Amino acid sequence: MSKGDARTAGEAAARSSYGRLLSLIVRSTRDIAAAEDALADAFAEALRVWPERGVPDSPEAWLLTTARRAAGHVRRHQGVREAAAPALEQVYDAMQSRTPKDFPDERLKLMFVCAHPAIDETVRTPLMLQTILGLDAARIARAFLVEAPAMSQRLVRAKTKIRDAGVAFEVPDTSVLEERLEDVLAAIYAAYTLGWDDVPGEAAVGEPLTQEAVFLARLVVMLLPQAPEAKGLLALMLASEARMAARRGPGGDYVPLKEQDVRLWNGALMAESEACLRAAAAFGRPGRFQTEAAIQSLHNQSVMVGDVPPSVLLMLYDVLVRQSPAIGAAVARAVAYGEHRSAEEGLATLDEIPAARVERYQPYWAARFHLLQSAGQLKEAAEAQAKAISLTQDPALVAFLTARLNRPA
Amino acid sequence: MQYMLIFTEPTEVFARRENPAEAPAYWGAWTSYMGAIAKAGIMVNGDGLHPPHTATTVRVRNGKREVQDGPYADVKEQLGGYVVIEVAGLDAALDWAAKSPSAEYGSVEVRPVLPQPAR
Repeated sequence: MSKGDARTAGEAAARSSYGRLLSLIVRSTRDIAAAEDALADAFAEALRVWPERGVPDSPEAWLLTTARRAAGHVRRHQGVREAAAPALEQVYDAMQSRTPKDFPDERLKLMFVCAHPAIDETVRTPLMLQTILGLDAARIARAFLVEAPAMSQRLVRAKTKIRDAGVAFEVPDTSVLEERLEDVLAAIYAAYTLGWDDVPGEAAVGEPLTQEAVFLARLVVMLLPQAPEAKGLLALMLASEARMAARRGPGGDYVPLKEQDVRLWNGALMAESEACLRAAAAFGRPGRFQTEAAIQSLHNQSVMVGDVPPSVLLMLYDVLVRQSPAIGAAVARAVAYGEHRSAEEGLATLDEIPAARVERYQPYWAARFHLLQSAGQLKEAAEAQAKAISLTQDPALVAFLTARLNRPA
Repeated sequence: MQYMLIFTEPTEVFARRENPAEAPAYWGAWTSYMGAIAKAGIMVNGDGLHPPHTATTVRVRNGKREVQDGPYADVKEQLGGYVVIEVAGLDAALDWAAKSPSAEYGSVEVRPVLPQPAR
């Protein structure tokens, strides 16, 4: 086997099972940073050993055993009493059973640990993205519009706090889960958004982040069937998943929602999304994810049948910005106002967003470009366009934004 | 794990200790709280402190001792006492902190105690 094959197999295992492996190792180390180091050692070891001896039948079990050995080695050297290592059979069980009755997935448990109120609120979602999905600090920093060293520092501090302050790795009961649910849902949605923005071709190894996020949301819905917002989030992501095949043209070019070929939409996912949203709404406890799912549902309907009154859509956006602090929600609302009222009204709505929050937020500049162009302010439009292009790494989006300026609005 | 619960109180609460109308309720609340900790078998040690105006702060700068009247920082809430408890983890420590009288009118800082270095 070539070095390249081993690397590919290693990367596939890393991508698809990072969080599952890490959450299992954390169970014995009770120290996230130490578990990350042990897992990194195991991956390095895999790259050394697999090209010579071949990829093991169960790469995940091999990595887990190797990482546990690395973690145990470190503990012995620190002179700490080592907990009895669980039997390998138990490890296999834990990895294969995705739905034991007490807690469906160790990853989810780790997410609820990361959402502990004793951890700085701003670092909870980044911490979950790093531990569960193995994203590096630089990528997380980009998504949260902060500098990479600052993000690294916050993540390190949070892990130290969890270890030294004795934050429990057991999640006690449903009432606590519900308290922390908001942060967990926010992290899952952030993962989904990151996956959605993945530059096609770059993240080709393993399951896409979007599918991981959908999987985690399904787990939360199963775990907390009485939480309407969990269902709302799942409905929201499924509505987007349903359109996945239509968002790029044959040449990989960017296709905006209104121009998508609805025959490429996945009807089963769309129906599941609708059912999920109805189930959530039945609780009579509204929330941002239910509102966003309702907006997506309306968008889908308007493209398919075209008879959705704009006032309903604008009202939902008004509700959304009251429920959600996300910049994305505020930008989407401005776009909707621009489309259904006037470009000027859209621009005015966009101007309500504090400038400091949107400096490096690509969708804001793309929206601003589009609205300025519609309003005939071409000079300002070109400036916004340049800014929007500078903030994306997706060649299809660059091509789309470039083409839009050349053609009359 | 051991945690120190650090109780801070605002100035007007310290004044209750000297006020005959309020002192019994003030001390009663602390006695019953510390009693509950002792009864739970988690007490390592703990003390109440005289109010901040009795404090003296010492610093040594360039080999020279500087002594100053009052606590190290002049802030609205001041250290009133502490207790060290032995519990399973942070959540249990936070639960005990929340039950203390100063959680109601002041605040409680919860800090893990450094373990003794291995000898």
